[in-house]
Amino acid sequence: MPNKVLETKNLNAYYGDFQALFEVSIDLFEGEIIAIIGANGAGKSTFMRSVTGLIDRIDNEINYKGLSIKGLRADEIAKKGLAMVPEGRKLFPSLSVEENLLIGGQIKRLGPWKLNTVYELFPDLYDKRNIPSNLLSGGQQQMAAIGRALMSNPDVILFDEISLGLAPIIIKSIYQNLPKVIQKGMSAIIVEQDISKALEISDRVYCLQEGRIALFGESKQLTRQEISKAYFGI
Amino acid sequence: MDWINSIIQGILVGGLYALFAAGLSLIFGVMRLVNIAHGDLIILSAFLGLTISTSLNLHPFISLIVVIPIMAIFGYVLQRGILNKTLGNDILPPLLVTFGLSIIIQNSLLEIYTADPQKMNAGVIEVASLSLPGGLSIGWYPLIMFVISVLIIGILQFIFYKTALGRAFRATSDDQEIAQLMGLSKNHIFGLAMAISMVVVTIAGIFLGVRTSFDPAAGPSRLIFGFEAVIIGGLGNLWGTLIGGIILGVSQNIGAKINPGWQILAGHIAFIIVLAFRPKGLFHRIDG
Repeated sequence: MPNKVLETKNLNAYYGDFQALFEVSIDLFEGEIIAIIGANGAGKSTFMRSVTGLIDRIDNEINYKGLSIKGLRADEIAKKGLAMVPEGRKLFPSLSVEENLLIGGQIKRLGPWKLNTVYELFPDLYDKRNIPSNLLSGGQQQMAAIGRALMSNPDVILFDEISLGLAPIIIKSIYQNLPKVIQKGMSAIIVEQDISKALEISDRVYCLQEGRIALFGESKQLTRQEISKAYFGI
Repeated sequence: MDWINSIIQGILVGGLYALFAAGLSLIFGVMRLVNIAHGDLIILSAFLGLTISTSLNLHPFISLIVVIPIMAIFGYVLQRGILNKTLGNDILPPLLVTFGLSIIIQNSLLEIYTADPQKMNAGVIEVASLSLPGGLSIGWYPLIMFVISVLIIGILQFIFYKTALGRAFRATSDDQEIAQLMGLSKNHIFGLAMAISMVVVTIAGIFLGVRTSFDPAAGPSRLIFGFEAVIIGGLGNLWGTLIGGIILGVSQNIGAKINPGWQILAGHIAFIIVLAFRPKGLFHRIDG
């Protein structure tokens, strides 16, 4: 059985006094892709932010490779090999495309991802490497954001709303590239609003509803009816 | 010919104003911190240079070898120990804390050195001059000061746009949260930015201390010159800061030429004119 790389145990997360996650327990195994689905406000992004150290107030445990990462700063967690492609891409606008990629690589973890391998994966970026990142199209920005995360050679990569705001043809292209991105041994969590895409790409699915896990299971075994019920709460 | 001489002297002193401004611009650019104590830190480094050069019998410029590391470490510790805790969405806490720091520095200097004006002695270089055609003459010291100022701004520009540290500065300035996801510790990055700012501050302080007399209360006026140069040049544009310093210096010298009492006023008027017509300064921030 593969090793567990990431687990949350009854995770609660708060924004000030507002509780956004309620006892969320999620496991991620080596080489596995899990999808987190749910309607707007279900807590998907809060979960991602909690795991990456961007939320100050959390209860209970987050373990990464068997060790607690609760209370660590986001930069300390990133150095351990956990990278995120944030919602909305969030490239650094004052940096060129290549500088954005280099910032991802400054952690200097060993692995296959370097500038040339990212450019091989996304040839469009090579041609635009010297322009400011905010001049890229939405799809190219997503490629750059994925490339930036890969440059740290992570063991776990988190994609927050990977297809949000992108044209269908771009989404298709990104999903076609994902298997190349998530190489053997690397694990991934994908937050996605498109249920079909999420089921297609993932090994297991967790559905969040109002900060709680409403459903989880193997992607191929869950029925549309079960997912709709958990997703919409009806 | 007197007018040309005034303009040349203004350009040369503008380099020093640009140095006052460069450190201010750097930390504002990286962490959006308006450091009210900036001028007092310039004066603090001048006093530190004075103490080290007199007690170790060193030339003021040689004292930089000792003063720069001290001030850089002080800046890093100050940032990590105090100023980082004040940064956030509210701009008021850093303003209040650096204002407090300004008062502490001024009063500490007053306690240690008294209110008497001090000056560092750099020897013959202070009075040596270079004769130019047309009866013009340029002092070697202002010329060296100007060349070094341009060099320092060039080095800062290089660090900002051509090095990994500069990338980290710009990324953290763009989005602190995402920069942290890339493994950048914002506390450390901010500490380094303040340390580099203190290096520039120290050089400016020693230049100032050799050029003119200084006392514990001289910081705020240097802060104003720095602010004006930054705003004239455009926030976040280091070469713009140099141009801002030069415009300020030339304006002051032209004002002094018209009437000696108008020197400082003329600089402020130039600043207000730029602010009225180009509120974001003459040059835009350089991105990418």
